[in-house]
Amino acid sequence: MFQHKLAACAVAMALGAPAIATANDSTEMEKIRAEIQQMRESYEARIQSLEAKLKETGVVADRAEESAQRAETTAAKVATPPSSANAFNPEMALILQGAYRDQKNIENRHITGFLPTAEAPTNTRGFSADASEFSIAANVDTWLRGYANLVFVDGAVEVEEAFFQTLGLDYGITLKGGRFRSGIGYQNELHPHAWDFADNNLMYHALFGEGALQDGVQIKWVAPTDLLVELGAEFGRGSELNNANYNGASSMNAFAHVGGDFGASHAWRAGISFLHSKVDKRTFEGTDVNDVALAGDFSGRSRTWLADFVYKWAPNGNAQHRNFKLVGEYFHREENGNLNVDTEGTYQSAQSGWYVQGLYQFMPRWRVGLRYDQLYRDKANWNGNDIGTVVKELADYDPRRATAALEFNPSEFSRFRLQYAHDQSMQGIKDDQITLQYILSLGAHGAHRF
Amino acid sequence: MNKFLKLLLSVSLLIATGSANAALKVLACEPEWGALARELGGELVDVYDATNALQDPHRIEAKPSLIARARSANLLICTGAELEVGWLPILLRQSGNSAIQPGKPGNFEAAAWVRKLEIPARLDRAEGDIHPGGNPHIQLNPHNIALVADGLSKRLAEVDASHAAQYQQRQKDFALRWQAATKRWEAQAVPLKGVSIVVQHRGFPYLSDWLGLKEVAALEVKPGVEPSGSHLNEVLEQLKRQPARMVIRAAYNSERPSQWIHEHAGIPAVMLPFTVGGSEQAKDLFGLFDDTVNRLLGALK
Repeated sequence: MFQHKLAACAVAMALGAPAIATANDSTEMEKIRAEIQQMRESYEARIQSLEAKLKETGVVADRAEESAQRAETTAAKVATPPSSANAFNPEMALILQGAYRDQKNIENRHITGFLPTAEAPTNTRGFSADASEFSIAANVDTWLRGYANLVFVDGAVEVEEAFFQTLGLDYGITLKGGRFRSGIGYQNELHPHAWDFADNNLMYHALFGEGALQDGVQIKWVAPTDLLVELGAEFGRGSELNNANYNGASSMNAFAHVGGDFGASHAWRAGISFLHSKVDKRTFEGTDVNDVALAGDFSGRSRTWLADFVYKWAPNGNAQHRNFKLVGEYFHREENGNLNVDTEGTYQSAQSGWYVQGLYQFMPRWRVGLRYDQLYRDKANWNGNDIGTVVKELADYDPRRATAALEFNPSEFSRFRLQYAHDQSMQGIKDDQITLQYILSLGAHGAHRF
Repeated sequence: MNKFLKLLLSVSLLIATGSANAALKVLACEPEWGALARELGGELVDVYDATNALQDPHRIEAKPSLIARARSANLLICTGAELEVGWLPILLRQSGNSAIQPGKPGNFEAAAWVRKLEIPARLDRAEGDIHPGGNPHIQLNPHNIALVADGLSKRLAEVDASHAAQYQQRQKDFALRWQAATKRWEAQAVPLKGVSIVVQHRGFPYLSDWLGLKEVAALEVKPGVEPSGSHLNEVLEQLKRQPARMVIRAAYNSERPSQWIHEHAGIPAVMLPFTVGGSEQAKDLFGLFDDTVNRLLGALK
């Protein structure tokens, strides 16, 4: 039928040609042309729709073929067990980090006024390429997922995290167990490579060294609301710096996060956390006011309140070209117990601090950041007197630091950072620090946390 | 105490009855799947779009609002094929919601229903943002939408079995309207067959495949890598030997690179909505294709 019409059209065209030659009437010619054109268009549309139909059946056929192929490959895999043995390979990722640092040579780096943590501020100058992080993750079975993060530092491997996590318990509940970065605050859960600056902020450094780790269990609940309401609690040993060896949980914390959007361009999250720890002989080294070296330890009770806030902006939520991030955190910590500095004595402290940082990506790949750290040493008494009169590093001094950074991110897997800091975290020392750093991520595609 | 118990009881009753009557909660990773769920579910579904047309679906963060939505979703509809690899895993892990975990009926991957193009022969990060399962931007071929709609309506009926007949009816109705519209677009788009184009991001292989467009160059050096000045010059040189009729970009792409090509090569720069909401006309899936075909035809004039 279709061919018949085509033939008819051809005949019409053939007949039309001599007709045009003889009849000089231009309107007639116009009319015939229009008719032919119309016919042509209608046939073309039909051919198109037929073609589309053919194609559609083709797609279906392709799908059938694909599934057949899939069945074939599955069959092949079943037939050759050794080749499927490595099909369960977990996600692996390696973070390469290195830096060039220019700063004063100060052997006894510390944060004045605050009892030192296990991790002193680095005094490594020049080139260094330590702290490569290796992470491995996979689902254990239907119910659990396992994750481990190992840090290679010169001469040692540290287990930064090694935990299991439930895979979709219902009612918004997630359980975590093992060693993990505590869910308190905002920055605490971030590994150093995900920090927005080359070094830790003074607040976290003074409190935990790098961050609060937990050897224990965590329970988290997300409320069934459109606004994010997330409640969590942890029970465990706490950080190494607590040096705890008790039955039961020597470190407990609870945290709450609330977050949401304002339109498409703005997102925010705010939180409060409370951390309670029993501390057993947290050791430290320092000098007395006559510059004679001394060693001491603290045992007692440590309670910390934290408040955190994160705000992010990107035009229409498209962070590709321009975006802005603002983070602020505040803490207040009280510690009570015994401080042993050659002789036993009671120790009481109430200290606080905050940091605020803003990061602005002004064009693709380029980002600038500013950070300000401020700590308040406030009360730190030993046997009723100011400890600053006994230990020089615990003098009554409010540490502070201002930092600026420029980042170049060729892709989401690589980052180069130039950072300048004016550091006044030690009494009587003003240190201008310049850091040039690279962070590269290999392997499994990491996910973007908020 | 008695009062408190009463209050507790009434609150829990309220929650229970509320959830019994409530529509099926759908979380759509991309707006095109949200729009499709609205077509197929109508009043029966309550759809939340995780992203909008002006966002790059590769680069989303697991932000608080999304975690909250994932927590209560009954059905998650995503493209899959690793398009959401950068944020969806976190969302799923933090949701505490077993219904939408991979492998469950509540987790629907659209890309599994269509034949994928551009499956890379070599998996290497040096090749840029490539996806091992093939190019995930499957939505710009109406035949793909038809295939996904078929799968999705069955999934809706499975997850929300009490309304299965209604979903089936709606799919029948949608399929008819969609088929007619597809014919119309294909008739309109006849002049586009064989037309050479330049793309900014390799996000249009399914559109090109459908309409017979010929992609002669991409402005991004490698997928996901921002166009550089030197590469733009190379493309310009290439266009002298191998001319193209237009340069196209998605609504979420920066306008500058294709504008530059427009100015230097003298070919029109065309912004395509790319997904529902990408332009004023692309209000739903029908509008998306109407507008896409119109904009492409407009550039030929």
